[in-house]
Amino acid sequence: MSDAKKVMITVRKPPHGSIYVHEAIEVMFIVASFGLDLSVVFIDDGVLALKTGQDTKELGIKGFMASIGAFMDFEVTKVYVDRQSLEDRNMSEADLAFIGEDETTEQPVRPTILDSSAIAALMAEQQSLMAL
Amino acid sequence: MKLALLVNEGPYQHQAADSALQFVKAAVAKGHEIFRVFFYHDGVNNGTRFAVPPQDDRNITVEWSKLAEEHKIDLVVCIAAAQRRGILDENEAKRQGKSGDNIAPGFRISGLGQLIEAGIQAERLVVFGD
Repeated sequence: MSDAKKVMITVRKPPHGSIYVHEAIEVMFIVASFGLDLSVVFIDDGVLALKTGQDTKELGIKGFMASIGAFMDFEVTKVYVDRQSLEDRNMSEADLAFIGEDETTEQPVRPTILDSSAIAALMAEQQSLMAL
Repeated sequence: MKLALLVNEGPYQHQAADSALQFVKAAVAKGHEIFRVFFYHDGVNNGTRFAVPPQDDRNITVEWSKLAEEHKIDLVVCIAAAQRRGILDENEAKRQGKSGDNIAPGFRISGLGQLIEAGIQAERLVVFGD
């Protein structure tokens, strides 16, 4: 995988009221299925998509919480959250949904919280950056 | 420079489609290569030939089609996003049992792999959204 192309998808829109996040997740699964080195970053209102306990059933909308829980099963493993965006919304790590299970420890895994400088460094490494 | 575009908004509601169109015209005029324009989210609505804007205003879809013809620009509409929004070519209309297709000349419907390829092949992927 080390020579795989590096692709990053950024999610900055809020999870409900539009289809942006839902369709961004569809792109993530396709990129991962191509065997590319995918990183995903949730920034600004995008971090709200990862909040636990969301349920759109009463709205008659399929939603994407199940997809987030299956990220690691579909090889979407590098999932990052911007620390400042999280703090600005009174959220902490405990508010973040699990994205799968660690293969060896079988412990549930949450997205990784990063400072903006670390996200910027990751962005600089990418061959392709998709803002969705 | 080899450029690719991702257009995430439909025509008229937001300026993103106009901006993308103007960007392509300017880039071509400067001698840059446009590897592909990929339409996602509501951006797929740029590709319907059934829209009829007032005659004294621009027709964004017709302008895309002209660009595709004059400069051989590859205009690709995401199939999953297109099916949600009722954008069909002849094959898809048949496959889905629909009575007709509405894809505009110069556009083609394909998968997200085309976006991924564009992101990798082009030196810059320029995103137009709201």
